Amino acid sequence: MADLTINFGGIRSPNPFWLASAPPSNSGAQVHRAFEAGWGGAVWKTIGAPVLNVSNRYGAWHYGNQKMLAINNVELISDRPIDINLREIAEVKRAWPDRAVIVSAMVESKPAAWHDIIRRIQDTGADGIELNYGCPHGMSERGMGSAVGQVPEYCEQITRWVMDVAKIPVIVKLTPNISDIVMPARAAVAAGATAISLINTINSIIGVDLDTLEITPNIGGRGGHGGYAGPAVKPIALNMLAALGRDSVVSGSNLPISGMGGISTWRDAAEFLLLGAASLQVCTAVMHYGFRIIEDLCDGLSNWMDEKGFASVADVTGRSLHRVSDFKDFDLSFKAVARIDQQKCIRCDLCYVACNDTAHQCIDLIDKQGKVVPPGAYDQRSNGRLEAVSSRPEVVVREEDCVGCRLCFNICPVEDCIQMVELPSGRPSVTWDELSRKQRKVTEDWEQMEQYRQNMGIHIY
Amino acid sequence: MKDTLEEQLTDIPSPPVPGAALQELLPPLTEHEAAVESARCLMCFDAPCTHACPTHIDIPKFIKKISTGNLLGSGRTILESNLLGATCARVCPVQELCEGACVLGAEHKPIAIGRLQRHVMDHIYGKKRDIFQAGRSTGKRVAIVGSGPAGLSCAGELAKLGHGVTLYERRSLAGGLSTYGIIVLREPVEVALAEVAMVRRLGVRLETGKDVGVDPSVANLQKNFDAVFLSVGLGSTPELGIPGEEFILDGLQYIEASKHQPSQLRVGRNVVVIGAGNTAIDCATIARRLGAERVTMVYRRSEHEMTAYAHEYDFVKREGVHVWFLAQPVKVHHENGVVRGLECVRISLGEPDSSGRPAPKPIAGSSVLLPADQIVKAIGQNRPSLASRLGLETEKGFIRVNDEFETSSPGIFAGGDCIRAKGSASTVMAVQDGKLAARSIHQRLVHYG
Repeated sequence: MADLTINFGGIRSPNPFWLASAPPSNSGAQVHRAFEAGWGGAVWKTIGAPVLNVSNRYGAWHYGNQKMLAINNVELISDRPIDINLREIAEVKRAWPDRAVIVSAMVESKPAAWHDIIRRIQDTGADGIELNYGCPHGMSERGMGSAVGQVPEYCEQITRWVMDVAKIPVIVKLTPNISDIVMPARAAVAAGATAISLINTINSIIGVDLDTLEITPNIGGRGGHGGYAGPAVKPIALNMLAALGRDSVVSGSNLPISGMGGISTWRDAAEFLLLGAASLQVCTAVMHYGFRIIEDLCDGLSNWMDEKGFASVADVTGRSLHRVSDFKDFDLSFKAVARIDQQKCIRCDLCYVACNDTAHQCIDLIDKQGKVVPPGAYDQRSNGRLEAVSSRPEVVVREEDCVGCRLCFNICPVEDCIQMVELPSGRPSVTWDELSRKQRKVTEDWEQMEQYRQNMGIHIY
Repeated sequence: MKDTLEEQLTDIPSPPVPGAALQELLPPLTEHEAAVESARCLMCFDAPCTHACPTHIDIPKFIKKISTGNLLGSGRTILESNLLGATCARVCPVQELCEGACVLGAEHKPIAIGRLQRHVMDHIYGKKRDIFQAGRSTGKRVAIVGSGPAGLSCAGELAKLGHGVTLYERRSLAGGLSTYGIIVLREPVEVALAEVAMVRRLGVRLETGKDVGVDPSVANLQKNFDAVFLSVGLGSTPELGIPGEEFILDGLQYIEASKHQPSQLRVGRNVVVIGAGNTAIDCATIARRLGAERVTMVYRRSEHEMTAYAHEYDFVKREGVHVWFLAQPVKVHHENGVVRGLECVRISLGEPDSSGRPAPKPIAGSSVLLPADQIVKAIGQNRPSLASRLGLETEKGFIRVNDEFETSSPGIFAGGDCIRAKGSASTVMAVQDGKLAARSIHQRLVHYG
C-alpha cells in the first residue's frame, strides 16, 4: 500500500486531497461530512470582508452529453458572519486533529486588516492560512482577490504583512488571469511565504441566451464575467504548475505547491503530482458528484502508485517535470506515423475527413480491389445494411506521406485503433536550438532551409 | 422446440391491456432523450447509414442538427432526400437499413435513427411548417396514378420543380398503404394524411375516387398530360384455391378495418393467419391486440424462408403469437358459414422452385385440423392488373421500367411496388422511386419539351 500521507510545508494530512476553498467548504457541517467521507483536508471558504451574494451565481459549460465540463461562478467569499465561521473552524479542527484545516482569507489591502484576520484564524487552531489573491469577480472590483494577484508587487507587500504576524504555514494562492504566472509566484517567494497554490478560477463569460439575448446566467437582466473552473481548465492549470516548477527562482526556493484546476479523478491527481504538486485541491468535481468521490481519488491513486512502485506522494511529486521542455529543445528528427488497426476500425471515416480536410491528406479510402476510391463512390441505387457495410472501403494511412501530426489519433473513437508508431527517421538527432547555433542561415533563410531539407532527405507532402 | 400443435398452443400469455392495444408502439422521444441520443452519434463521414438508406438521407447531418437545436434545418435535411420522412421514420425496417449499418452497432447500441427522425418530423408537422414551396410554373402537366408513397413522393418532387401535378386515387383517401395498410401500432392514419396534405399544399391536385383505366382512361391522361407516372401498387390477395376460401378474410382488409373502423372489426377468439410475411405479422398482431386468445400463423415453408423481417418475427413472438411452420392449408371447416377450423397438411421441403426457395411438398396422410373461428390470409398481393390492360411490358408480372423509370410506353413512367420485380418492396424504396422518377420526368419535360 502506497503511503498517501503528506507533510505540506508543515501541514500534515492523511492523503493529499483537500477541498479547495469554495462552496463545498462553506460550513462546519459540510467539512465534517467531507472528513467523514475521507477527505485529507479542507481549505475553508474564504473569510474576510463583508459581502452580499446574488442568485443565479453559477453558470455551466456543457458539451455533448457531458454536463458541466466547466462551471463559472460569481459567488463571493463567505457570506456567513465571520464569528460563526471562526467558531466552526475551531470546532472542526478539534474534532479532526489528523486532518488539514486551512483557512482562506481575503480582506482589504491594509496591514491592520490583514494582521487582525491572521491572528483570529490562528486562534482557531487551524493548520494553515491560504491568501486568496485570485477571485476574478466582485472582490477584485473592491481591490481584493485577483486585483492583488495580478500585481506581483501587491502580492509581495501583502504577503509580507501576513508573514509579520503568521505563526502557522501561509500559502499564497495565485490567479491564472495574468500573462506570466511566474511573476506573482516569485513575489510570494520573496515575501517569505510557506507555500504556493494554483490555479484560482479563470475569467470567463459562459454564454448568451439565444431566446432572450441575456447573458447566461441571467442576474436580474445582467450578467458578467465569473471564475471558470472544472475539467476544461485542467490543461491550463497543468501548464502553470509546470511553469513554476521550471522557474529557477520558484523551484529553487523549494516552496511546496498545492495544485488545483479541474482535478476530477485520481488520474488528474497523479498528473498534477507528476508536474510538481505536493498537495491537491478539488472543487468542481465535488460540486458535481459530492464528497463521496474521495474514495476513488485515494483508491485509484494508491493502486497506481503501487503499480508504479511509488512508496509515497513525495516520490511522485515532480517526477515528470524534467520532461517539460520548450519547442527549441525538441528533437526535430523524431518521427512517428499513424497506423490504423483494420481489425479494430469501425469505418466511421472521421480520421479520413480530418486528415483530408484539415491535415496532410495522407489517409486513403481503399476498396475491396485495393484501389483508392473517393468518398461516396457507390451507386445511388445501392442501399441496405449489407451493401452499405460490405462495400465500405478501408481507411489506410500512406505512411511515407504521414507527417505524424496525430490529429487522426486524437479523433478516433475506438480505443487503441490508431497508434502513433515511432519510426527511425534516418537523420541525426538535432534541436532547433542546436540548428540555429550551428547552421544559423538554415533557420533564417527559406532557400537555405530548402537546401537543408534536401540534404537531410526531409520531404513534406 | 415443441412438436405438436397442442403443445405450441399452451402457455400463451393473456392479451395486452385493451386501451393500449392500438397505440403507436414506440413513444416519441422526449427533448432530453433526443439530445442525449443525437449527441451519441459519431457523425461518421460518408456515413454507412446514409448509404444504407434507400433515399440516402444525410443522416449524420440531420442528427447533428438535432443536437445543435436546429430542428428546422434537420427537417429540411430529411425531407430534401425523403419527402415522406414522417412515414419512413415509423415504418422503415431500420434494422435492415440505416441502423443496421451504424458503426456503433458492432459493439454498442446503434443510434436510434428512426426515432430521431420521427422526433424531427413530429416537430415540423407539429409546428405546421412547410419546408418547401411549389416551384415557378413550367406550364407542364403530369398525371400520377395512385397516391401511395411512390405517387406522393413523385408528385411532391415534381410540384417543387414547378410542374402541374394531378394525383389520381381510386380510394376515398390518399396515402395508399400508409393510410390503409400499415397497422396503427406502426403508423397512425393522421401521419399519412398529414403528408398527403403537405403534398397538396405544394399545389398538387388530388382526385380521389378515380379508377384510372376506367375513368379517366390512360389514353385520355396521355392526351391531357405531358407525362404519366404509374404508382398503382399491387393487386388483391391471390386465391389459395381451397374449399371454403370464401370464409377467409383478406389480410389487407383486416388491417384497413383495424385502422379506420376498429370498433366494427370482429376479431375471433381463435384466429389463424395464413402467411408469414410482414403483412401476416401485422394481422396476427392486430388480432392479438384486439382480443384474440389464440393467434397462430400458418406457413408452408420454414423459418428460414419466411419473408418477414427477423425483428418482426421476434416481435410477434413476444406478442404471444405462434407460428406453425411447414403446414399448408387445404380446406376451411365451417358450419353454415361459421368457421370451425383450418385443415392443413404437413410439408416437406424439396428442391428450389421458380422463386428460388425450396418447393413445399405435401406429406400424404398428414392432415391436421387447426381449430379456428376466424381465418385471415396474408400471402402477398397479385401483380398489378393495369400493366396487362395497358399492354405494358412486364417482368415477372411487374411493370418493366428502364433506368429512367420509363415503361415500354414512352411518356409513361412507373415506380413503387408495381415495378418491384427484384428485392423486397418497402415504403422507403417506393419514395426513392418516386423521387428518381420525378427527376427523370423533369429532365424529359425541360429538355425535350
